Amino acid sequence: MTDDLTHAATADPAGAATDDHVYLSLTEASPEPEGEGRWAYGTGFADPLLGVDTAVPPGLDGADLAAYCLMLGDDALILAQQLIEWCTRAPELEEEVALANLGLDLLGQARQLLTRAGQADGSGRTEDDLAYWREEREFRNVRLVEAPNGDFAYSIARLLLFATARGALYEALAGHADPVLAAVAARGAKELAYHREYATAWTLRLGDGTPYSAARMQAGLDAVWPLAEELFTGHPVELRAGVDPATLREPVLRAVAAVCAEAGLTVPDARGLASVGGRAGRDGVHTEALGPLLAELQVVARAHPGATW
Amino acid sequence: MTAVAGARASSGSAAWAVAAAVPDPELPMLTLADLGVLADVEVAGDPERPSVTAWLTPTYSGCPAVAEMAADVDRRLRAAGFADVRVRLRLNPPWSTDLITAEGRRKLAEAGIAPPRPGAASAVARSGPALLSLGPTRRADAGEAGSAGAVGDGGSTGAVGSAAAPPPVTCPLCGGTDTEELSRFGSTACKALWRCRDCREPFERVKEI
Repeated sequence: MTDDLTHAATADPAGAATDDHVYLSLTEASPEPEGEGRWAYGTGFADPLLGVDTAVPPGLDGADLAAYCLMLGDDALILAQQLIEWCTRAPELEEEVALANLGLDLLGQARQLLTRAGQADGSGRTEDDLAYWREEREFRNVRLVEAPNGDFAYSIARLLLFATARGALYEALAGHADPVLAAVAARGAKELAYHREYATAWTLRLGDGTPYSAARMQAGLDAVWPLAEELFTGHPVELRAGVDPATLREPVLRAVAAVCAEAGLTVPDARGLASVGGRAGRDGVHTEALGPLLAELQVVARAHPGATW
Repeated sequence: MTAVAGARASSGSAAWAVAAAVPDPELPMLTLADLGVLADVEVAGDPERPSVTAWLTPTYSGCPAVAEMAADVDRRLRAAGFADVRVRLRLNPPWSTDLITAEGRRKLAEAGIAPPRPGAASAVARSGPALLSLGPTRRADAGEAGSAGAVGDGGSTGAVGSAAAPPPVTCPLCGGTDTEELSRFGSTACKALWRCRDCREPFERVKEI
């Protein structure tokens, strides 16, 4: 940010043009009461789908579409929270910046998907209503994203699996009948490609590094593997409203296996984590890790309900 | 969603000119039009008191500057005398660095930021969880350009094969082409950190996406 301000001061030939926009609009009141010229979350411009047509196309079930957007949005929201937790804890400053960037992409996708969910089910709930005021059992994310970060290798292994699978899913969803979901997916697919490259690069660096780094990377991969299965297990809502993730299993696992081969790692042969009576994350049945994560994510919003600034 | 074809139908209007001149909050040497974020400006109703709707296409899903862009466009249009102003987002088609204009790329280079290569984003069309083609981080010559950034180039789609390899990343400071990527993630979502091996200076580069 500081860099940008510095550039602004030196690079703008007009000079004056920079003075009246870079973050100064933060302090400028709207010239007219009905104007939208405000800047802060909680104002009209914070709507991540501002002015986008909210109608659910004919032939789509609004409740199913909402539930589906909630599933994908919750995956992105929870993993964003995990990635951002690496800030101040990553091995190098560059990695903190990178992981925060990835988290920001996912947070942006989550904001749009949760907003879309609140529109499609007719409840009018906002992204904040859904992110901060639902209970653990109402979250629909896969359990893969709620597991604690573990060590860096574990987080990278999880990111590799998630980004490969989610990128493939988003590409398939870019042709979805709902134009909002399709647009979020088309945008997200490009972002997830970067996430996958990042995870791949670290998997190679660790797997093909020292015996110690390879052992840590293998351990991370082994530990995360049982959680991957849920990415390919279709919930009835996913089958009705979106793409059956089972169709992604083979190409995604093949891509991950290729990275493992290049990195000198062994593809784990582990069964998926058991569900509870056939119910798992998509049904709101989570591991014990989600509660504490949500407590941290929601504490400020719940301590100061409706606060604006 | 309106098709792109009609997107700039009103680009000659006074309202377009006002909105097009708004600088980007994070790359202030560029206007929103240079950046390709300003998708359309629609002027309707009574010519004496027209209602103006400006459409913006956000860059990254999580770009924190979108709210400020919208506020800036709103404020500039009102300051220019338009009383009835709406700013809306258009998500489709998604933004791509290919939408950065030639003028925008020139301004970026002038400011010491390596611009995306024209057409590079669509050349690296991402498709399916195909095998990654893993390449070096250096792009000293055009022959290996694109290999490090290409995803989905598993030979399964041919999406990349038909496109000519984009030219190497040029150092915006000395013009050298012996450059390497230091980190794909930089000070903002849209930039990566690079280094020139000729002049030894680091520089930022707008990611091709």
